[in-house]
Amino acid sequence: MSAEFQPQIIGFLCNWCSYTGADLAGTARMKIPPSIRVIRVMCSGRIDPLFVLRALIMGADGVMMMGCHPGDCHYQKGNYNTRRRYIMLNSIMETLGMEADRLGLWWVSASEGVKYSRVTTEFDEKITKKGPSPFASEIFL
Amino acid sequence: MSETRRINKGIEEGVHDLLVHLLESGTVQGVFSLMKTNEEGGVDYSLITDVEHIQNAVPFQPLMPVNAGRALSLFTLDGPAPKPIAAVLRPCELRAFIELVKRAQGSLENFLLISLTCGGVYPLKSLARGTFGSDSAEYWSSVEKSEIPEGIRLTCRSCVDFVPLQADIVFAAVGAENIEKECLMLLPTENGRKIAGDLPGAQGGGKYDEGRTGDLKKKRLEEKDRLFKDFDANRKGQAEMIKTFTPCLGCHACGEVCPICSCLLCTFDSKTSDYNPENIDFDLNHKGGLKVPTGNLFYHLGRMSHMAVSCVGCGMCSDVCPVNIPVATVFTRVGDSLQKVFEYQPGLDVEQPVPSGTFKEDEFAQAGEQ
Repeated sequence: MSAEFQPQIIGFLCNWCSYTGADLAGTARMKIPPSIRVIRVMCSGRIDPLFVLRALIMGADGVMMMGCHPGDCHYQKGNYNTRRRYIMLNSIMETLGMEADRLGLWWVSASEGVKYSRVTTEFDEKITKKGPSPFASEIFL
Repeated sequence: MSETRRINKGIEEGVHDLLVHLLESGTVQGVFSLMKTNEEGGVDYSLITDVEHIQNAVPFQPLMPVNAGRALSLFTLDGPAPKPIAAVLRPCELRAFIELVKRAQGSLENFLLISLTCGGVYPLKSLARGTFGSDSAEYWSSVEKSEIPEGIRLTCRSCVDFVPLQADIVFAAVGAENIEKECLMLLPTENGRKIAGDLPGAQGGGKYDEGRTGDLKKKRLEEKDRLFKDFDANRKGQAEMIKTFTPCLGCHACGEVCPICSCLLCTFDSKTSDYNPENIDFDLNHKGGLKVPTGNLFYHLGRMSHMAVSCVGCGMCSDVCPVNIPVATVFTRVGDSLQKVFEYQPGLDVEQPVPSGTFKEDEFAQAGEQ
């Protein structure tokens, strides 16, 4: 029996859109990969880049940032900050060669249960193919 | 910007006498400049109000004991300087100060800003070794010939932002003619033109040939490209990053001297970053081990996420690292990427908002659409 790699993916979901969308996917019994560990934040703008960096260094194989579509933020402008922070993190990871594709940003609205199921499944497949994070077994950090 | 004034004195004498004149005439009531502290080349930034002390000013000594931008911020934190002050600082220090002003950590009011087209500074360790000071003539000769002086900071070798037109008076050191006998002052602002216009002994210097700095800029750009290519080839990747930062003691000296790192309580010195028993438990269970003390790589990545977009490339961080980690190389490399992505030029214009503190409703349309 092969020990198949089961990724651990941290998802930061905003309460009003993404989390509700995820909940919709759940109640509609849509397929959601078990690798996604959801952390609910009130707004995607609450996602401190340090959360993402901490998750990656602790060994998360993937990190998903999710929020309301731009223009639809429950708090009007929070997700505009999220977008800039994602761009910043992506740039840092790319420049340092830290496998920037282990981090992603998705806009998932409260009615997009199907989208939530799709993007989590796709990301899980991608991460599974990539393999474990090189930080997962690294002690000397 | 082409108006200039010429003084018939060597650059070191010229800037020194300018400061003496400014203080003695009452044009300013204070002078902020490097001051001689011993005969071995040691200097410290000082704020002088008494003409008696100004004789020890060595404004363009190629040493940076502290980034002057940070120093100026320290006494304009709660409000503008109380009296007009002439401040002499290098281009990167001026850019750092402007970055701090954007963050409400200082005020530009009441300063007469004096700078130069910069030939670079020597590492602080050269002072500790007692080898500093013997290079003076060699240093100015290199600057005059648009060459990169041997032994200066790595960040200085690769700096292309060395023409500080944000200042009021800029001494044209790079590519100068006859730097031991005369010096040219560029006057980018109204205030600079007025003050230089009243300076006894100064004459019209004619139009400034901006090509004078072109040669050095080309050389520095080559150095920068080489440095960045070397980084991309040898320090990219998780394993390489860990190797780079393995010697890190977690002393945070780099953050302490960084002019942009101005938070009164740094996240990484606060309780948020403490490793308490519950945190240790996670690492022991999941990874089977923990480096003690931990959090060094996280500190650098976190600090990058906070300030790299504003990095002015002064090189203080690498200079003070006790274990010779090339912090400045990593941070300027990341800073360069971030500044390109956000089309941001740190310290160029006080009106340009810091990227992490602003946004546009329509931008980066490709983000979030995967």
